[in-house]
Amino acid sequence: MGDGSVFEQPWQAQALAMAQALQDAGVISPSEWSQALGARRDAANAAPDGRDYYDSVVAALEELLARRGIASKSALEALSQSWMRAAHATRHGQPIELDNDPVRPGRR
Amino acid sequence: MGHDHDNDLDPMTARVRALETILVEKGLVEAAAIDAIVETYEHKVGPRNGAKVVAKAWADPKFAGWLAEDATAAIASLGYTGRQGEHMRAVFNSPEQHHLVVCTLCSCYPWSVLGLPPVWYKSPPYRSRAVIDPRGVLAEFGVELLADTQIRVWDSTAELRYLVVPMRPAGTENLDEEGLADLVTRDSMIGTGLALSPGAKA
Repeated sequence: MGDGSVFEQPWQAQALAMAQALQDAGVISPSEWSQALGARRDAANAAPDGRDYYDSVVAALEELLARRGIASKSALEALSQSWMRAAHATRHGQPIELDNDPVRPGRR
Repeated sequence: MGHDHDNDLDPMTARVRALETILVEKGLVEAAAIDAIVETYEHKVGPRNGAKVVAKAWADPKFAGWLAEDATAAIASLGYTGRQGEHMRAVFNSPEQHHLVVCTLCSCYPWSVLGLPPVWYKSPPYRSRAVIDPRGVLAEFGVELLADTQIRVWDSTAELRYLVVPMRPAGTENLDEEGLADLVTRDSMIGTGLALSPGAKA
């Protein structure tokens, strides 16, 4: 059971921290979070070795935001595509900013 | 994070950035608050916190009594606090009873004292089998209990999390709290392990 660092990638820490921050801010309740994550973590959906845990965290966050009417799944999908284009268009060594997306769809 | 010429984001990083962008833009969460939590995960929480709690309970009967009575307050007195609304309960192993912690629903875990859960804690087989066949699960972790030791399984929730206080190993009378804490493994505080014997350090 190798378990040096609990995070393999920075996004995993970010995702878990967002779930925590949403609870701290009272946007969602701890049990609401636990239900949403739990729904993704049953034997039918989760890998037996637990390796996809943080994928579930991200999916549960997306689902909660959609359910709350904060952001639809398609809006999140478009925004994440936008981030990918922005990264691709950013010169190496420069900070990646959303505004660097050459075709950022009608925002601002 | 690689050495590629392009700044390409992997899809998961992009999805997480999208979530953060929305939450921050809508004013639901501050970017600094997210960073502060990540910082805590990386540097401030971990099983050493729990080990200090256990060592103190072994060394100080008064503290042990407080821990049994009101674990949330006793643990907070050492500076380890969870989020608001998270309560802790300490369960003490004895020759008669061994405690094992699981979260069958998701992976609630006493992160303020144990850090973040290990991969196996979050796996569906552990979560289901810990309840159905705790003795078999313990055997897989190399823990063999006396046949008449009862196993009690505690199912964590979002509001209530458990810390197992393992039995103090023999031959530790001369150790101070720091020396004792070195014997307390993460697994021993989940119940999937026992405290180490002196001289058998991991």
